[in-house]
Amino acid sequence: MRCTAPFARGAGAFAALFGLACAFAAGCGNAPAGARVSIRLWAMGREGEVVQELLRGFEAENPGIQVRVQQIPWSAAHEKLLTAHVGRASPDLAQLGNTWIAEFSALQALEPLGPWIERSSTIDSSSFFSGIWDTNVIEGTVYGVPWYVDTRVLFYRSDLLERAGYDSIPAGWGVWRDAMKAVKAGAGPGDFVFFLPVNEWTHVVIFGLQAGSRLLRDDDTRGDFSGPEFRRAFAFYIDLFRDGLAPPVANTEISNLYQEFARGYFSMYISGPWNLGEFARRLPPEMQSAWATAPLPGPDEDGRRVSVAGGSSLVLFRSSRHKDEAWRVIEYLSRPEQQIAFYRLCGDLPAREEAWQDSALAADPKMGTFGEQLERVVSTPKIPEWEQIAIRVQECAEQAVRGAVEPDSALAALDRDVDRILEKRRWLVEHGRAARGRP
Amino acid sequence: MRSPAAPHESRAAWIFAGPALALIALFFVLPLLAGFVLSLTDFDVYAIGSPGVARFVGLGNYLKTLESRDFWNALRNTLYFVVVGAPISLLVSLGAAMLLSARLVRFKSVFRTIYFAPVVTTIVAVAVVWRYLYHPHYGLLNYLLGLVGLGPVDWLGDPHWAMPAIILLSVWKNFGYNMLIFVAGLQSIPDELYEAAEVDGAGPWSRFRHVTLPGLAPTFLFVGVTVMIGYFQLFVEPYVMTQGGPLRSTTSVVLLMYEQGFRWWRMGAASAIAFILLAITLAGTLVQMRLQRARR
Repeated sequence: MRCTAPFARGAGAFAALFGLACAFAAGCGNAPAGARVSIRLWAMGREGEVVQELLRGFEAENPGIQVRVQQIPWSAAHEKLLTAHVGRASPDLAQLGNTWIAEFSALQALEPLGPWIERSSTIDSSSFFSGIWDTNVIEGTVYGVPWYVDTRVLFYRSDLLERAGYDSIPAGWGVWRDAMKAVKAGAGPGDFVFFLPVNEWTHVVIFGLQAGSRLLRDDDTRGDFSGPEFRRAFAFYIDLFRDGLAPPVANTEISNLYQEFARGYFSMYISGPWNLGEFARRLPPEMQSAWATAPLPGPDEDGRRVSVAGGSSLVLFRSSRHKDEAWRVIEYLSRPEQQIAFYRLCGDLPAREEAWQDSALAADPKMGTFGEQLERVVSTPKIPEWEQIAIRVQECAEQAVRGAVEPDSALAALDRDVDRILEKRRWLVEHGRAARGRP
Repeated sequence: MRSPAAPHESRAAWIFAGPALALIALFFVLPLLAGFVLSLTDFDVYAIGSPGVARFVGLGNYLKTLESRDFWNALRNTLYFVVVGAPISLLVSLGAAMLLSARLVRFKSVFRTIYFAPVVTTIVAVAVVWRYLYHPHYGLLNYLLGLVGLGPVDWLGDPHWAMPAIILLSVWKNFGYNMLIFVAGLQSIPDELYEAAEVDGAGPWSRFRHVTLPGLAPTFLFVGVTVMIGYFQLFVEPYVMTQGGPLRSTTSVVLLMYEQGFRWWRMGAASAIAFILLAITLAGTLVQMRLQRARR
């Protein structure tokens, strides 16, 4: 029987994969006992590096507490946190992207923070951006304290806009599109105005939120992408491509974003705070006075000029045996002066509004745009399935942009896919096993 | 005629086989059964929080998998990889083995070590280096193409080129292992056969066709089956190089299963994909064995 060996190997590989699933049995123990309490903090990427510096002050203030920071790469963070939870090896506290909070609260991995916040003298929801705070509230319960924030604004070439006869970005979609057309009229052949990478979901979702769509309906158990609000936003989005204002390309097809922006291939781009530094560094010196940032326009001039609420929060794990000590770390990192120190170390924007009065932030008008936009941010649906849905939104939008399907049938197909993804959630809500969604 | 084993002999046999059988049961049979049971439920992220909400769904996961575009796309990508990559891998392994067995070649063990080195190198280190080789602007590959006047290729960014890039990497990474097996196979062919063929006036091609290939038939079966099974389980290369992109053009079945299981935590759906892949691999192996047997 020559075949048994390879067979056993093939099946063995499966068994190994499934062994993984089943082997999350014994988790490792908690911090070793001793005079000092040792707590574990997981933070991602660059934040994981700089937080160690910030925490030196904390340990000096609290000689009885030692914080062991583990830095994990963003690309592995989600899996590592989930596996740790299943294997009962979660840290005491962690940085968590605020779009992940719904998922980890569904896993019942997170400690509800209500009682802690009530007792705290330093943390109070009103001192944070309200849209950002809201991302941490799942079905009425707070699970995280915002650590740093993130949103999207418009980066644009002010020189080209001026040449087209506009001294600033108009506030409403209609006039904004007129401005784009004027810029396009003066642009070179083969150049466009607005770069909306077709492999990203953020833009089309932002337009939908601006138009007043909640994206999902019936307690977040069904897609609402065929609703009139989202259809209006989708039409605006698709027309940008049909009118030749936006190139139907993915950002992998643009080899150097900064070069193309300087060259005038496109002159508007929606992006986040990390690109302030990149634009300043990568654009040629003579270009530095020719670009600016603006809060996103909305459907109507006085309408919802909102953007998405992003960033990371600090969360406590239910399994932690040192919640009091871990909460003190959260309180420490939320102090305005620590938030400013954090910004200076790595450029992450402070979640506390009073930290924005610091000169480092207040002096820069391009940064000020973010401060202004952060007053008007809304969160994407706070359910564990959102990331999966967002990928579907992007795929559907890309198909419509590339002309493979008519917009309306693309949206109908999207709703069908989303309803399928949400089947379990619908069942849970119908049977009262998941708390109701938004009021 | 052998007499049936005495009772104490069979007890001794059980004692010797026991530890291995227990390990196989614990780490192979049990997880396999657990995986199958899991594939009949909708165990998901909610069920991790409170296991009570997992439902028995019968063959629902299997039907949904077979209905989904993602699965068929992943299967197409995997078949592309198997159908194109596995034969290339076999040919390169065989070619290298023939070269190493040629009488004129010196320093055989040095070359053998060099060719085998990629097999034992960790894939993550390999991926870092190959990402440089594949870089559209600074990559060595595009530099070489440029020398012969061919345009730059966006190896990992273009949906049409990403899979060929993954195949190239996999062949380079894996051919050394099968090369060693072929070398062993070639050594088992008696020299007299070649001499007799030469006396009969057979040229190099005839000797290869009528002496080497038949002599290697058992090796071919083994290598063919293991390569096919291994290639059906394509995972690490796209996971570290492309994460399944661009436009999901390098998402293999196992990568899809991983995404379902460990990214979205739909363990039920992921288990169903695993068993579907098992069935496909099994069918492929049976077909291959049948073909080999018919040829003999």
